[in-house]
This record gives sequence, C-alpha cells and structure tokens, in this order.
Amino acid sequence: MKPSVWLRMDSWVRHLVPFGVTLAMLLVTAIPIHLPGLAGMVPMLPMMGVYYWAIYRPDLLPAWLAFVIGLLYDIISGTPLGVNALVLLLVQGVAAGQRRFFLGKSFMVSWWAFGLLAASASGGTWVLVTVLLGRAIDPTPLFFEYLLTMGLFPILTWALARTQMAFLKEA
Amino acid sequence: MKQSGAVGRLATLRLLAQRFAFVSLVVAAFALMILGKADIVLIERVRTSVADAVAPILDALSRPAATVAEISESIRELASLRAENARLRQENQRLLHWQTVARRLDAENAVLHEHLNVVTDADAAFVTARVIGDLGSAYGHSMLLNAGSRDGVRKGQAVLSGETLIGYIAEVGDRSSRLLLLTDINAKIPVVVESSRTRAILTGDNKARPKLNYVAGNPSISVGDRIITAASGAAFPPGLPIGVVASTTDGIIRVEPFVQRHELEYVAIVDFGLGGILPFEKPPMPERRRRGADAGGGN
Repeated sequence: MKPSVWLRMDSWVRHLVPFGVTLAMLLVTAIPIHLPGLAGMVPMLPMMGVYYWAIYRPDLLPAWLAFVIGLLYDIISGTPLGVNALVLLLVQGVAAGQRRFFLGKSFMVSWWAFGLLAASASGGTWVLVTVLLGRAIDPTPLFFEYLLTMGLFPILTWALARTQMAFLKEA
Repeated sequence: MKQSGAVGRLATLRLLAQRFAFVSLVVAAFALMILGKADIVLIERVRTSVADAVAPILDALSRPAATVAEISESIRELASLRAENARLRQENQRLLHWQTVARRLDAENAVLHEHLNVVTDADAAFVTARVIGDLGSAYGHSMLLNAGSRDGVRKGQAVLSGETLIGYIAEVGDRSSRLLLLTDINAKIPVVVESSRTRAILTGDNKARPKLNYVAGNPSISVGDRIITAASGAAFPPGLPIGVVASTTDGIIRVEPFVQRHELEYVAIVDFGLGGILPFEKPPMPERRRRGADAGGGN
C-alpha cells in the first residue's frame, strides 16, 4: 500500500512540472534587470512554455492553466486584465489543436510555427491594449521583444525538452 | 459494436465539454477586460491581492539579480575609472562654486523668511521600497514595489529616486504596490519650465522621453531647460526636479528624465500630505470651520 501512495504522490508532483516551469518562466521574466538598453525589454518566455507543453503534454498544461498564467502575467505586468490571459489561451488552443502536425517534425518547423504564432500573439496583444487604452502605443519595442523571443526559442526549447526528459519520461 | 458506440459517444461528449470550456474561458477573458475597463473596485482588489501573493517570491528572486547587476556595473566602472575621475574632478570644482552660492542664498533666504514670517513646509514622511517586478515597457511603464499599505503607502503618493520625481503610486496592495513611471502612457503631471516658469503638462507615451503638452502661452523652450513639478493641481509639492528638455523638433517637446528606468532599484515613496495625482480615493470633505475658529485651528 505504502509504495503506491508514494508513487502516486511522485507522479502527481511530476505532473505539476509543466505548469510549475511555465510559472517560473513568468517570474524570471519579471525580475528587474538593471542593464541600460535591456531594461524594459522582455522576451515572451511564458508563451514559449505554453506553446511547448501544448504540443508535447497538452494534458498537463490545459487551456485553463494557460489562462491562469496569462492572468498572472497581466497582474504582474500591469497590462489590462484579461489581455494576456486571452492571448495565451489562444496560443494554447492553436498549438494543441495542431499538435499532430508538430509531433515528429523537425525543430525548424516548430521554430517557424512559433514565429508565426508569436507574431500574431504579439499583434493581437497590441490591438487589444490599444483598443482598451483608446490610444495607439508605439509598436517598436514589440518588434525587439519579438526578435529577442525568437532568438531565445532554441535555448528554451532545449531546456524544456531536458525538463520533460527528466521528469516526464513515462509518456 | 454497441460498446464502441458508447465509447465514441463519450469521446464526443468529452470533446464537446472541452470546446465549451475553451469558449467560456475566451468569454471570461473578454468579460475581465470590460470589467477592468469599467474600473471596478473588485477587479482592483483582485489585482492587488494577487500581486501581494507573488510579491515575496519576486522579492526573493530580484535580490540575486540585483547582485549580478552590481557586479557588471562595477566592471564597467573599472573600465572607465580614469575618465570618470577627471569628470568628477571637474564636476567637483563646479559644485564647490555652487556650494558657496547655495550657502549665501540659504543665509539670505533664512533672513527673508524671518522678515516675512513664512510658513515653512512640513517635513515629508517617506518609505523606501525595492523594485521587485518589471515586465517590460512595451505596453506600459510600471513596476511592482515591495511596500504596501501596511508600510504606509497610499495611492497617488510621489515616488522619488534621490531628489528626482520618477512617478507615482497607482495601485496599493497590502505589501506590494505599483509604481507608474512618468513615461507611462497613462501618466500626466503638471510641470513648469524652471527658468521661464512656463506651465505645461508632462505626458508619457511609453517612450523613454515623455512629451511636454499644453504649454501655456507661447514661450521659447530650448534644449537643456530644466523641468520641475508645478504647484498646480496640488498633486506634488512644487520644485521637484524631473528632467531636462532633450529635443524640440516639429513642435513636439520631449523631456529626458534625470533617472533612467534601468537605474531604479530602491525608490522613496513620499507622503507630502497632498492629495496626490490620482483622485481614486476621494479625500474627506474639509471640515467646515467658523471663521473665528480658523485662526486658532491651524496649530
């Protein structure tokens, strides 16, 4: 009886890993960096997490958890509540809906698809915030954020893949 | 056959349920946006209490990051030690001159105050807070601070870095608060040009240099003019330094703040006893006093 309880605990904790890792990515992006030029420039790490797990383990980071992460993002960053929640929810929905297409494809395909998705997510966020504020905001920083995000994608995907191998080998 | 039909139906039902959940989450997101737009107190309370909950984690995370930043900063300083030294010598010379001027003016001021029976400004109370959360500047220029209402922080209070005004408090939780920088798209502050006393409104637009709008009259504002807070609006005490005029191209005047965003690590939240810029919390109605009692009431 005892081992089975431990086993269940173990798998339960392991199943929290995708959400925990994505949450950690969000908190890491929120750390103030005191570097000139880089301050205020933030890669979309939580989106990478949501995208990755939507493809490889959509059961462990379902739509509602993506929604929760988005809400937290909104609260920490001070964007209008619901904007990032909606965007991350849609990213999760699209990626999970097309996961059959991604599974077994090369990394370049996944990078390219993330590029498309991140661009539309970024554009969508811009439109939503602009509508909610009632004023057009300067899109230049978004462009740099996007480039930064795309540049970091291979490293983060590698790290996420290692995490998956380490904690969620059974599937 | 029958069993597989049942399984299939179950799968369809599950899929339907999933779809329904997804759509309701989308609806929920839109509902939140609309509720947030309507400035409902509940939404703000949720925001602040969640921010309170994550504040300790962010606080712990930001400490090592600050150390790393310090190390990189000191390496950079080492590289430019000689030039920096020369610059500081020059500056010191200039400041010594200013010190003499200031001493003389101070003495003169004291004498004049005495002659005129001037009521001096009360000393302001302040809280020092650390910047613990900063999620980029693409959509707004705000930061989370690790001090909240239990430390005496109130909405609308001025936030200073050194002597310089950098923004004000926009949201207050129990142990965290949100600092809205002057460069944020929602920030508007009454200012004056120091040399000409021209009034204007400093308006942020999410760029590093905010704009100077609604300039009173038709003055000539030139690059290098100092911008300080104005007394109008009773939001902040007059005379807090903000920045210098950086460019005046095409009729758009932009101000370079004295403090850059990345330099902010510790800030001072100051209670000047004024209303603050945000009229969210209505100040209590002033007590009606009889004229006779007024003179004695001002202890």
